[in-house]
Amino acid sequence: MNIDAIKNGIVIDHIEAGKSMQLYKVLNLDNLDCSVAIIKNVSSKKMGKKDIIKIDEEIDVDLDVLGYIDPNITVNIIKDGVRIKKFNLELPERVTNVISCKNPRCITSVERGIDQVFKLTDRENRIYRCIYCESKPGSPE
Amino acid sequence: MRNLIEITDLSIAEIDELLETADDIIANPVKYRDACRYKKLATLFFEPSTRTRLSFEAAMLELGGSVLGFSEAASSSAAKGESVSDTVKTVSCYADVIAMRHPKEGAPLVASLKADVPVINAGDGGHNHPTQTLTDLLTIHREKKRLDHMTVGFCGDLKFGRTVHSLITALSRYEGIRIVLVSPLELKLPSYIKKEILKRNGIEYIQTTRLEDVMPQLDVLYMTRVQRERFFNEDDYVRLKDSYILTPEKLSNAKSDLTIMHPLPRVNEISVEVDDDPRACYFRQALNGKYVRMALILKLLGIEV
Repeated sequence: MNIDAIKNGIVIDHIEAGKSMQLYKVLNLDNLDCSVAIIKNVSSKKMGKKDIIKIDEEIDVDLDVLGYIDPNITVNIIKDGVRIKKFNLELPERVTNVISCKNPRCITSVERGIDQVFKLTDRENRIYRCIYCESKPGSPE
Repeated sequence: MRNLIEITDLSIAEIDELLETADDIIANPVKYRDACRYKKLATLFFEPSTRTRLSFEAAMLELGGSVLGFSEAASSSAAKGESVSDTVKTVSCYADVIAMRHPKEGAPLVASLKADVPVINAGDGGHNHPTQTLTDLLTIHREKKRLDHMTVGFCGDLKFGRTVHSLITALSRYEGIRIVLVSPLELKLPSYIKKEILKRNGIEYIQTTRLEDVMPQLDVLYMTRVQRERFFNEDDYVRLKDSYILTPEKLSNAKSDLTIMHPLPRVNEISVEVDDDPRACYFRQALNGKYVRMALILKLLGIEV
């Protein structure tokens, strides 16, 4: 399969195989007018299989969101066909409005207009907790 | 401007400073009686409370300040659907400091992000209750003259007891603390607290279901209520409830200088005969709650006496 190299834009590489659609949705790439290529199950020496997303335009990508979803992702900025910058991601200390708290006792379940913020409490085990009630995402505990 | 939302908002040095101020207030009450003249405390209690609200109000009145507020959500605009954010923005116009209790976890944090005056968390659901923890720390310090190098037992409902979680978190920052956890299996301390607080801070702890077995080891015994509704079936409750009632007999092998604490209200988990034991300090603890809140109000308002 052949996908043209992009001239000016972003290549999101080393995505865990199967996670590219999740990234596509979270980054709202469906709102873009430019070409966007999602390449799934690409052979990789390091990962066996990986996904890649190529965006044919320079957009602001929220690196914290990407880092939260998969800290092994790399983000490459391409200008005039040359990679000018490469970001190795890491787990962000905080993520805002990416995940929401499911605890029915949390103030976020009733208060209008407040950010859903989760902070990293255990880097080793990738555990985030709601800043308001300290629940883990998707769990009322 | 500073807020107090959870106990770890305060450094150990700041806690020491608050306890020192509280001690000075106890020793020299007259010195402080006009310290907050013309200052107002708003007590926004979206759910009922006896001790916490009255101790906040008594604290501000003893500092020469005034108090306004409400004691249940039904008598506030929350009943009309007003958000916490809007309520505190409004109250910021009328008061110099806010003490808030709310049934939803994290509501005081939301308030602190929106208010123009300091916000004190006076209890948010089953989550945090930092002024109770300050009360507990002041009590241990006044009774033991130290906050380090001691064995502290927690007995009763360790799963849902927010005062237990906060006090364990606070004590885990001091040296030489050993924790003894006494509870029915159904009400054990949540594993994330063991992992993220006790293990991470290298705190030695043991878990048991029998209070009698560990009583001789304890320097402090912190009792909490075992509530019927926490059990899955009535048989378990009936089987276990008496094990967690403190009686003079159960204290027979305790240290002579044991400090017996309870955040109150008590129902039947400490028999009334224990009240006459000089080691029972839960009513002194309630009194300390007023003094430490006085110290906290002074600190948050930046008033030095």
